[in-house]
Amino acid sequence: MKKKKNRQNSEVNAGSMADIAFLLLIFFLVTTTIATDKGVAVMLPPKAENQTIVKQKERNIFNILINSQDQLLAEDQVVEVDQLKELVQEFVINPAKKSNLSEAPTKAIVSIKTDRGTSYEMYIRVRDELNYAYDELRARQMGVSIEKFQEMEEFLKETVQSDVERREQELLEGRMDEVKKVIPKMISDAEPSDIGG
Amino acid sequence: MAFKKKSKASQDIPTSALPDIIFMLLFFFMVTTVMRDSELMVKNSLPNASQLTKLEKKSLVSYIFVGAPKDQARFGKETRIQVNDVIIDAESIPQFVMNEKAKMPEADRDKIMMSLKVDRDAKMGVINDVTNQLREVNALKVNYAASKRVR
Repeated sequence: MKKKKNRQNSEVNAGSMADIAFLLLIFFLVTTTIATDKGVAVMLPPKAENQTIVKQKERNIFNILINSQDQLLAEDQVVEVDQLKELVQEFVINPAKKSNLSEAPTKAIVSIKTDRGTSYEMYIRVRDELNYAYDELRARQMGVSIEKFQEMEEFLKETVQSDVERREQELLEGRMDEVKKVIPKMISDAEPSDIGG
Repeated sequence: MAFKKKSKASQDIPTSALPDIIFMLLFFFMVTTVMRDSELMVKNSLPNASQLTKLEKKSLVSYIFVGAPKDQARFGKETRIQVNDVIIDAESIPQFVMNEKAKMPEADRDKIMMSLKVDRDAKMGVINDVTNQLREVNALKVNYAASKRVR
């Protein structure tokens, strides 16, 4: 009758497992830094000798100048960075068909000219602002919100397993390409000036 | 009656599984961590941007660091360029790109991507020097590393 009790408890004492897991969790939270493998993508122009010079109409180019004091000049007007987005969007779309703005979104070029003394932070800020302006235009073209648009772009880069998702991706890619054809993003760096040191 | 001694449960925590747990930890670290192949010799606090593009194929990416040297006694205060473990001049960048390309499979060499990790306090002068050199060797895909900024 005592036989039952004689059997030793053969289970592992899992009471401290939680502690270990917590320790692990805290350790990771403290030590890991999110890998910065993201950034602002830029395509450089080919080197000067290989370039074919195509004359662009003045109205199709949106000139941005940043001087060594990080001041902005957009189309010969002193502006703040925050204003840039609206100006560029108006320039690209040209809803009122003004004669000094671009003929069509497909022809619009944004040119950034920096100085040797321009701060990198400012340059990235401007680049980012332009990217945002274009993304917003494209999102509007597709009839979605900018957040949704970004989600879509991220989804396109994922590698998916199921056939349903793959088909969805292909469909989306088609739509995306169409939008990119209607509103291409043409941002170029002009040869920088050497004045401000 | 002969079993009485045994009926008293042992008070010790069974620690036989601990080594397994530690091993699991070890393997986890071995699998997930990527060794940093170069020690940073320049300051590198990245700027913020909201519209970011992810670097896709890591094997196609080479890194260039730009910033003020940490060891100012040795390298001075001026913004410098670091690749791998050395500080170089902009003129040596084509050489570096060639070396990086040589490491890659032949079919992928034209797809090389340069990730520029530039300190936010750097000036455009140095960056233009770098990009001009990159243009020389036809490494035109550039990604300016930045951290996420919420709009």
